[in-house]
Amino acid sequence: MAFNYDKYLRLEKMPTLWCWGCGDGVILKAFVRAIDKMGMSQDDVCVVSGIGCSGRFSSYVDFNTVHTTHGRTIAYATGIKLARPDKMVVCVAGDGDALAIGGNHTIHGCRRNIDLTMIIINNFIYGLTNSQTSPTTPKGMWTVSQKAGNIDPTFDTCKLAIAAGASFVARESMLDPKRLEKSMIKAMQHKGFSMMEVLSNCHINLGRKNKMVSAMENLAWIDSITTTKKKYDAMTPEERLNLLPTGILHEDTEADEYCDMYAEIQKVHQGERKVITQDDFAKKI
Amino acid sequence: MATREVISTGNELAALAAVDAGCMFFGGYPLTPSSEIMHEISDLLPKKGGVAIQMEDEIGGICAVIGAAMVGQRALTATSGPGMSLKAEQLGLAQMAEVPLVCVNVMRGGPSTGLPTRVSQGDILQAKNPSHGDYKSITLCAGSLAECYTEVVRAFNLADRFMQPVIVLLDETIGHMHGKADIPTAEDVEAGIVPRKRFDGPAQEYFPYGVEHDEPAVLNPMYEGYRYHFTGLHHDKKGYPTEEIETCRKLIQRLEDKVAFHEDEVESFEEFMMEDAEVMIIAYGSVSLAAKEAIRHLRADGIKAGLFRPITIWPSPAKKIKEHTDKIEKVLVVELNIAQYHGEIQRAAARLDIDGLFKVNGRPISPHEIVSKVKEL
Repeated sequence: MAFNYDKYLRLEKMPTLWCWGCGDGVILKAFVRAIDKMGMSQDDVCVVSGIGCSGRFSSYVDFNTVHTTHGRTIAYATGIKLARPDKMVVCVAGDGDALAIGGNHTIHGCRRNIDLTMIIINNFIYGLTNSQTSPTTPKGMWTVSQKAGNIDPTFDTCKLAIAAGASFVARESMLDPKRLEKSMIKAMQHKGFSMMEVLSNCHINLGRKNKMVSAMENLAWIDSITTTKKKYDAMTPEERLNLLPTGILHEDTEADEYCDMYAEIQKVHQGERKVITQDDFAKKI
Repeated sequence: MATREVISTGNELAALAAVDAGCMFFGGYPLTPSSEIMHEISDLLPKKGGVAIQMEDEIGGICAVIGAAMVGQRALTATSGPGMSLKAEQLGLAQMAEVPLVCVNVMRGGPSTGLPTRVSQGDILQAKNPSHGDYKSITLCAGSLAECYTEVVRAFNLADRFMQPVIVLLDETIGHMHGKADIPTAEDVEAGIVPRKRFDGPAQEYFPYGVEHDEPAVLNPMYEGYRYHFTGLHHDKKGYPTEEIETCRKLIQRLEDKVAFHEDEVESFEEFMMEDAEVMIIAYGSVSLAAKEAIRHLRADGIKAGLFRPITIWPSPAKKIKEHTDKIEKVLVVELNIAQYHGEIQRAAARLDIDGLFKVNGRPISPHEIVSKVKEL
């Protein structure tokens, strides 16, 4: 029997504002299936989104939902999580939201390794506001703010997250929703900061001037720039040049989680243990 | 009300007040001259099971505070001028989504980096409208060490009553002042806590923003079976984004009216030697301490001066001000900025002949300066 999404959706908010053929809906459905498979109660999940097309994600799903300001999802989620460490918090943001205006919160969320899941829907462009350059827009592509062609180098979201200290990092594309769903479950089950980059299409605002005017053309391009981690690892540096590996790229189950560590701070102040010193940590610097 | 005697600083008393008022979360970023609030509360909160976190920036500090407040906790952030400027957008979200929190601003010289370690009252107008858009701010201003405590307590109760951020203005002089203060006991403060309203009926009948035209939203804590939506967009009674014309109008009008219709619950001021006053001095914050001293000197010289001190700065005690300015000809506003509150006094008094004594060099105004100015009137 086909999966029934109704229970998890705010049906009165349908149809969504997303364009016909947009990948955001595929990602939303994968997320809902992942939550269902995990057996989570809707009351125990909080979805925090930012500004942009992905910002509307939170208003369509029937959980505790927060639509924050531009770029601040992780900062809001940090307060929510620290106030209720026993509950789940998932952030959903776009590439502009999470990597440009919210870049600072993204790297520091990773560094803190607080138990949040960050889903970055990367469509390589500012879609909602009509095709401005984002930190992941490929060099040489046309945008409304760089009509002569984009010269800004791109961020590799996953490399950035690993370098910043996230203990779980994965990349998938919306081309394989089943795999996406499985990776999402792993990301949400992981204790610590989970970065989940999901590549998606925006044939309307990325594609229109970059020879990908249909969803299929845009998705074919995403397919052409991705390969599985297994294949990627076997490649030479030259072969890897214009490819992004997909799958679980980094997983560290030993890293200290922030809420757990804060509980130790509370113990110090409540006289239950001595102050935390460098001797408490294997990795000191 | 029972009191206790403490020897402390204004900033430390603000932190203590928050914790006594039931605050369980602090999010902030180091910013002179407010940092001692974070230093103090980062010891006090974990002791009682709360959390104090130093975030990556000022914006992150208030975002985390709003997040914790959405979960239902009383939450505090503290900063100074540059930090207030950075927090402005999030204060707007807290106004729009009706999330209660307390934001202490220990004022220093501005604009920009200004005079980080010196006193100013330059953030008075900013406190009225820190964010873009229409809403009605509640801003309190401590004029003594004891008020660094009592006004922070009051701010938490007002925030939960009106479901919006409440700003408490200290200034560098008050924040760093060290001395003796009589403050209420923690037991009395706890007994005076008025918890946020909550809805206990069936979830399908819960409309957090579906309230009367002059009432604040009723926001149940997150994760307790009442799922709804927070947003900075214009929203309907369930919190869902909308552009429906009447819904938008009613929402923004309600943000104004929920305070405007109940200003008597917010109003607070002090009158010092005003009974027979022929000269009215209006001052707030640390400046009021110099004004009181000046009034004693003036009275010794036979000049009947009195002080009117607004404690709730926004909304201003406009009716009370007009009552006095209708009777008293000589009115002098003394403040550490260029006529920021002076304009509000002119508006409240409906008079353009209100005198002013202003100072913007980072130094306090001395009683002597006020005495000289009054003698010129």
